[in-house]
Amino acid sequence: MTAAAVMLAASITACGDDSDSGSGGGAKTLTYWASNQGASIDFDKQTLQPELDKFEQQTGIKVNVEVVPWSDLLNRLLAAATSGKGPDVVNIGNTWSASLQATGAFVPFDDATLNSVGGKDRFVPAALAAAGAPGQPPTAVPLYSLAYALYYNKKMFADAGVTAPPTTWEELIEVGKKLTKGQQWGLAVEGANPSENAHHAFAFGQQWGGEWFDASGKPTFDTPQNVAAVKRYIDFMAVDKIVNPSNAEYAQNQSVADFANGKAAMLLWQAAGNAFKAQGMAADAYGVAPVPFPATAPAGGKKVNSMVAGINIAVFKHTKDKDAALQFVKFMTSDAEQVQLNKTYGSLPSVTTVASDAAFQAEEQKVLAQVLATSAAPLPQVAEESKFETLVGTAMKELFADAASGKPVTEQAIKEKLSNAQQQMGS
Amino acid sequence: MVTTTTAPVRAEPSTPGAGRKKKPRLPRSKLPYLLLLPAIALELLVHVIPMVVGVWMSLLELTQFQIRNWSAAPFAGLDNYRATLDINGPVGEELLHSFWVTVLYTTFSVGLSWLFGLFAGVFLQRPFPGRSLLRTLFLTPYALPVYAAVITWTFIYQRDTGLLNELLTTTGLADDRPFWLIGGNSFWALLVVSVWRSWPFAFLCIMAGLQNVPTEMYEAAAIDGAGFWRRLKDVTLPMLRPVNQVLILVLFLWTFNDFNTPFVLFGGSAPEQADLISIHIYRSSFITWNFGQGSAMSVALLLFLLLVTAAYLLVTNRRREHA
Repeated sequence: MTAAAVMLAASITACGDDSDSGSGGGAKTLTYWASNQGASIDFDKQTLQPELDKFEQQTGIKVNVEVVPWSDLLNRLLAAATSGKGPDVVNIGNTWSASLQATGAFVPFDDATLNSVGGKDRFVPAALAAAGAPGQPPTAVPLYSLAYALYYNKKMFADAGVTAPPTTWEELIEVGKKLTKGQQWGLAVEGANPSENAHHAFAFGQQWGGEWFDASGKPTFDTPQNVAAVKRYIDFMAVDKIVNPSNAEYAQNQSVADFANGKAAMLLWQAAGNAFKAQGMAADAYGVAPVPFPATAPAGGKKVNSMVAGINIAVFKHTKDKDAALQFVKFMTSDAEQVQLNKTYGSLPSVTTVASDAAFQAEEQKVLAQVLATSAAPLPQVAEESKFETLVGTAMKELFADAASGKPVTEQAIKEKLSNAQQQMGS
Repeated sequence: MVTTTTAPVRAEPSTPGAGRKKKPRLPRSKLPYLLLLPAIALELLVHVIPMVVGVWMSLLELTQFQIRNWSAAPFAGLDNYRATLDINGPVGEELLHSFWVTVLYTTFSVGLSWLFGLFAGVFLQRPFPGRSLLRTLFLTPYALPVYAAVITWTFIYQRDTGLLNELLTTTGLADDRPFWLIGGNSFWALLVVSVWRSWPFAFLCIMAGLQNVPTEMYEAAAIDGAGFWRRLKDVTLPMLRPVNQVLILVLFLWTFNDFNTPFVLFGGSAPEQADLISIHIYRSSFITWNFGQGSAMSVALLLFLLLVTAAYLLVTNRRREHA
């Protein structure tokens, strides 16, 4: 009932939008849904508007932008895909690529389409690989690139006599124990955020030799490797006690705030510099290092310490002016805009041509770029990916809740939760 | 409904001396139906059509692969219902769990809201200084926008920085800071917010109902020597029966379907101890992209609520006839 009501409502409101997204006689107008990248929706509007004005000057195509919060974006995209009404150009989180690709509502970027926006070789290969299922033309092109890194508080490290950031989990635990005292904790995690949990499950899983889907796209959640990987992550709180139990209820970036306010010494996050700045933390107060690995690689473990994170730009098939929409995609992925926008958002360019620009030579950007180039892998590009994030991420949220209340988190308990999640995938 | 609409129309021609010319008009007997037409059209648009669409969707194998042209999705027959109602399967098992959580939640919430509303209504029946101030105060939670109100509760419930734990630890009621938004306590945290939000409505209805109880009845009862409890039992409650009948049904339906409170409090994934059915269905259809299954769950829920409502009305009406 809810589903029907929401879809009906969505199609009614989408009809209302329709009038201004079409290509009228003279002036062309596009509607663009941008994801929220900066500290606020207003910040994003102020960042994007001058660029859109520039685009209108160059091409005569007007772009109406709406910045959509992440919590609404997927539902709004679905409603637009269902009704065939809505914006022309949209941003999508790259982990949704294969899921959204399966809807068939987006213009596929085959070779000809890619050529019209500058060619396949312009884009960072890893980022393009995370834009759709393997063997199919990408459903979008990458716009902003991100990766996970280890952020650490320089002063706390110096005070504890730690001279270099940890490169192995064993070192991280040791350092974390030194830094956990009083109101201060070694590491902060976002325990009640399913997406965040699932991203770590993926990277840890790779390091422990696990896969969340087999080659045919079937879920393989409860393998011993995945159980060990999830246990390692939860144990930071449950066994090593370097994470504040309160983090088990964090879902609104409180862990970022804790790090920025000196309540935690380390944080695993993607391109967090901007968020720290918004919280008033100076750029020279923290250091950035690649996410650690186990000291001795478990059997089958891969040298992967981040997912290929990023935001893509896609064109709806229902657009009335595909050429204008592609022109806009080309503009947004042009050298000048890539430097301008990624510099503002603290993310990395998705095109290879501007990687050496001065805007991306800060310590944080250099580490992220190196991770993306050498040790990042895309999340499983299967249509069921969004289900994986919810089910496994939620299972981990429950495990964190157990750990926080002092319940032992055994391998058996983890395996049960993961098996249960896997069974629900089949439905 | 029909009789009340027709009454003034019949009365009109008999009013004398207006001197207006008679315009050609619809036969009197058709007018009520004409007046009902907009309501019927809206009812169809807002309730009936989405309901039919929902039932149809529940018979489809509707995932993201077919969402773009969902009417052409493959027909699944009763498969969605089979998975939903199979309590030994992973889907049905979790649904049954959240069903029981919801039953418990609704029972407590409706019961407490009604009790609070009743006592507040009874105590505020007689005038005293400050009564209107108290009334306004009591109704505040009902007037606040849901989102703003519930978000405030999430701040209160934070483990490290929340007001509740601050109170508990400074007054020495708890040595350790408990969690309120995860684990077992989350159910009680949710219940408190729910009662806080819905008891003012019960209060409002009961207050209105009490206006209709003649004061003579209380006076007579007092003369007969009836104390507070006796008056409540033998005068107030029987007189409130029609109000209570509707009130409890409405509270039950609202609470059972409540989505806003748990969603704002916990986000899209509630802790398993507070996983209400509305959130569960939302997660099944929108986050895991299985719209057919979500619709099947919704239809099953609707049937359950219809059944309960029908049984409730049957029982309460029969009791009234016997009374």
